[in-house]
Amino acid sequence: MGRPMWHLANQSDERAQDRGKTARRLIGELRPYKRTMLVVLLLVVVSSVMQAIGPWLVGLAIDQHIMRGDLPGLARTMILLFFVYVVGSLATRAQSRRIGFAGQEILASFRSRIFERFQHLPLRYFDSRPAGDLISRVVNDVDTINQLLSQGLTQLLGAMFSLVVILATMLVLNLRLALVSFTIIPVMLLTTSFFSARARRAFRRTRETVSNVTANLQEEIVGVRQAQAFNRTEENIARFRERNAANRDANIQAVGITSAFWPTIDVLSTLATAIVIGYGGYLVFHDELTVGLLAAFLIYVQQFFRPIQLVSQVYTQIQSSMAGAERIYSILDEEPEPPDPPGTPTLSSVRGQVRFDHVTFEYKPGQTVLHDVSFTIEPGQTVALVGHTGAGKTTIANLIPRFYDVAEGAVLVDGHDVRSVTRPSLRKWIALVLQEPFLFGGTVADNIAYGREGATREEVEAAARAVNAHDFISKLPEGYDTNIGERGATLSQGQRQLISFARAVLADPRILILDEATANIDTRTELLIQRALGTLLEGRASLVIAHRLSTVRNADLILVMQNGRIVERGSHHELMERGGLYADLYNRQFRDAPARRRSPSTEAAPNPS
Amino acid sequence: MARRDTGQRSPEQQRLPPGGTRALWRAVGYLRSYRLATGGALVSLVLMSVANLAAPMLIRVAIDDGIGRRQLVAILAAVIGLVVVAVFRGSFAFLQSYLAERASQGVAYDLRNALFGRIQRLSFSYYDQVETGQLLTRLTNDVEQIRQFTGRGIIQMIAAVVMLAGSVGLLLYLNWRLALVSMLIIPPIFVALMYFVRRVGPMFREIQQSLSHLNTILQEDIQGVRVIRSFVREDYEMRRYSEQNEDLLEKNKTVIGMFSNNFPLVFFFANLGTLLVVWYGGYEITQRTLTIGELVAFNSYLAFLLQPVFTLGFLASSISRAGACSVRVFEIIDAPLEIHDRPGARELPAITGRVEFEDVHFRYPGSEREILRGVSFVAEPGQTVAILGSIGSGKSSLVNLIPRFYDVTGGRVLVDGHDVRDVTLASLRRQIGIVLPDALLFSGTVRDNIRYGRLDATQEEIEAAARAAQAEEFILKLPEGYDTVVGERGVGLSGGQRQRIAIARALLIDPRLLILDDSMSAVDAHTEALLQEALDKLMRSARHTAFVIAQRISTVRNADLILIIDDGQVAASGTHEELLETSELYNEIYNSQLLPDDARIAAGDGV
Repeated sequence: MGRPMWHLANQSDERAQDRGKTARRLIGELRPYKRTMLVVLLLVVVSSVMQAIGPWLVGLAIDQHIMRGDLPGLARTMILLFFVYVVGSLATRAQSRRIGFAGQEILASFRSRIFERFQHLPLRYFDSRPAGDLISRVVNDVDTINQLLSQGLTQLLGAMFSLVVILATMLVLNLRLALVSFTIIPVMLLTTSFFSARARRAFRRTRETVSNVTANLQEEIVGVRQAQAFNRTEENIARFRERNAANRDANIQAVGITSAFWPTIDVLSTLATAIVIGYGGYLVFHDELTVGLLAAFLIYVQQFFRPIQLVSQVYTQIQSSMAGAERIYSILDEEPEPPDPPGTPTLSSVRGQVRFDHVTFEYKPGQTVLHDVSFTIEPGQTVALVGHTGAGKTTIANLIPRFYDVAEGAVLVDGHDVRSVTRPSLRKWIALVLQEPFLFGGTVADNIAYGREGATREEVEAAARAVNAHDFISKLPEGYDTNIGERGATLSQGQRQLISFARAVLADPRILILDEATANIDTRTELLIQRALGTLLEGRASLVIAHRLSTVRNADLILVMQNGRIVERGSHHELMERGGLYADLYNRQFRDAPARRRSPSTEAAPNPS
Repeated sequence: MARRDTGQRSPEQQRLPPGGTRALWRAVGYLRSYRLATGGALVSLVLMSVANLAAPMLIRVAIDDGIGRRQLVAILAAVIGLVVVAVFRGSFAFLQSYLAERASQGVAYDLRNALFGRIQRLSFSYYDQVETGQLLTRLTNDVEQIRQFTGRGIIQMIAAVVMLAGSVGLLLYLNWRLALVSMLIIPPIFVALMYFVRRVGPMFREIQQSLSHLNTILQEDIQGVRVIRSFVREDYEMRRYSEQNEDLLEKNKTVIGMFSNNFPLVFFFANLGTLLVVWYGGYEITQRTLTIGELVAFNSYLAFLLQPVFTLGFLASSISRAGACSVRVFEIIDAPLEIHDRPGARELPAITGRVEFEDVHFRYPGSEREILRGVSFVAEPGQTVAILGSIGSGKSSLVNLIPRFYDVTGGRVLVDGHDVRDVTLASLRRQIGIVLPDALLFSGTVRDNIRYGRLDATQEEIEAAARAAQAEEFILKLPEGYDTVVGERGVGLSGGQRQRIAIARALLIDPRLLILDDSMSAVDAHTEALLQEALDKLMRSARHTAFVIAQRISTVRNADLILIIDDGQVAASGTHEELLETSELYNEIYNSQLLPDDARIAAGDGV
């Protein structure tokens, strides 16, 4: 991550080197299949030889048997030819099967290695990359390698080999005719590279135009409501038409190029046939060639064009696969979270004390987010964090389950530095409820049960009851077995949050972190949850972050954050009496008539009776 | 609803779905606008086929007349003829392919425009039921399938039939006995291909499904990374993914098995054709009923004979696929627009902002449950109306009826005395600024997002709106101020910041009626107070009406009218003071947000 700038200067040099390295690594993926590859190679040889023998036998049959009226001889040759075809087909089958299987296994291994790597990458990695980009990269890049492995590689191997065998056979059969017919090959290669350069450029354009069409589509569909609310419908349609037309035109242009390519190749191949007939005919006149061989040559000439075309086709595929492989390797090479070193003790039981000891933290070097933060949550206590957006509240929440490591100081749970115990054993005792509840595809019950592996239906329902989610869940079409649409599409924000609360309750944590968890729930529902949590929190440490100060009043300790520092601390009453930032915030929220005049005056504060 | 189910591709969807044939023909009908290109492609194709068929004849001439009879002229003529034919064939091949692309791209262009236009205009109720992913697939994948079928598929199919008929005819003409012998290979090849296509088609769909499950797991893993890590479920996710990955691998292997069984078999039969021709042809040559040249030409025709067989075999599968795609595409194009201008709808003149609900009942389309059950109230111009209620009480549904995102199922909604159904949608919505709860921002600059509803707004107006929405301060702190790109691919903004931009967007159109649907939930208390003050000043001074859905008492306290919605009805209404006296529900909500001691005072004051 974060390469220094000077690297950019000699990037192109490095690129070529990288390509070589990527290619070697990609070939290295084949190593576990060494034996398979050897067998495949052998089979390729067999099938190519068979392919080359066929036309030769046909020529032989014409010259030796047909021209001489030797019908039994013809039958013998034909039976031989039959077996040549059988062996060739079987070899092709066995070879394409083996290499295809190996290719798919390699792909599957890529997929699972990437996924596994994602499990171990630090959260920072995901912070700086939009999820959509990451997903589409993984999916598309694996797909380009898929194409190479499943089609390209087999075809390439087969094609290269048949090409060599065919060319060799032709040279052996008749040197002069072979050489003359080869003259067309350079022309063909030149033509191919001429077209493919242009085609590549044209298709790159179409990829751009098509992504112009599709890229914004998702959000335009999601945003239809906005569009209608703001009368943007016609404008949006007009803009879409423009992009759509650009895409159409780019495609027509690109296909124009490929449309010209194939006929050109066809003309060249006919030219080769014409040369063989013309020069071959001349040779037959001078008795330097038999008619049978001429017929065989005609078949060969048609056969050697296919491999050449294939090779040039596969070449472009290789290029894009290399780019894909490079990106995949860059994910696999990403530094994972340093694993818990062997012998790291586990946190086997927790009372629930959390202590921040002079903690300083930065997401990026030089950008300090927390300055010297110290506080303690005793078991059973509730500590509330209050402050403006960006004051560092969520950061504190993220440090307890060790999503990030502190720069200075320490975060301690029950007196153990969180860095001194294994992550799973630490996180097992902590449950986190975020502002944006994240639900997985699957049923409501699945989502609640996510909090604890192997939870029974009774436990799931008990957890739902505990946060007053049972009522609305029971009213869903299929109760707990209702399938939640993608990302909870069919549930309201509040309902989704209730489910994630139930999930946290089921996990039975010793430490509960609520990060703006009630921001999107109406206050009556929030009240219900709070009543439930009141009993649930007994004996647990909890950290509550909230904008709505009604939520935090009952906390044992309120920490007021500003610019990464704790600027005030105390109970609600202490802080109100002090008349500082907290009192100001509180007054604005609750004593709104005086607050409207922007005077955080004491007269508006309640008189505690 | 039906439209949801059809999106799922079941593996047995091999045959044409119901209505598929009609939908397919309708899709093909889009070629009508590209008559010239389509016709040109077809004519080119026929000419190309004719040229194709001529080539082996020239080879025969070269061998029999040229080489056999030792006539150099014949060879030369044949060779030149071959090249001329190739050029001729090449030109038509180019024209065919180019024109077919023109026509098919035209069809795709028209279909996409029709789809997008529909998608933009479909009512809110439609989007309550449909997943965006589905719509996206139809716009991209389904349209592409149809394009390939209408453009390439149909033309190739016609070409294949022409070629097949031509080759068969020629072979029969050359030597009918040999022709019949060589055609023996066609049935097994055709059967093998059809069998393959029939099995591999569903398998491909299964692979697609398996892959999309796999990618869903991946997506959830990335988006839910915090949840997964905090519940220590990495191993579970890994297992889930591995299982699906294994499933995909197995399916992929099955398909590879099918390919590697089938293609060698097909090519074996194709080769067998050569064998039969040489063997039986050889016999005929010895009987002097066939010449060597004819034998070689015959062998070439064999290739022409097989190609159309291959093409037809493969296209057979694309018919059902294109049919299914057409059904899905036209389903959207034909989806009824539930909300549209009534015939003879008038323009709504500039309103003062009086909103009246007259015994309004509302039910979501397709749902049994009544969300609103007889709601009546009047909001006078310049008033601020606050709406309180718990989840699912019908608050959002209520305000959504004002800009006519949905139609009432009973009663009337009147704006300045006009039933909203009697006026044009554009003239109604133009005067209403609404901030939806999701505060969606589009990819683009902050400026683009604010002027979303009024493209001709000046920079001053944009800044004024941002200022009123308390957004200017943070906007100016962004890397490029108003030119900062936001949205999915841009700078990430907090929920509160997004909401403030959405509010600025609504303010910019200078609405006579402003609706804030839970639009400040993520804004911190301090900012909210400032925002309220600014909105108050703006709305009251201009005597514009505002509707505010909110959770916090502090937000609604100053409203001229507070409506408490409970279970689809107005449970109580009045000002803050009135409600404290009369409404138990309001007191309950109020108390829930106050300190116990505060609540006591409040309650004591009230009595």
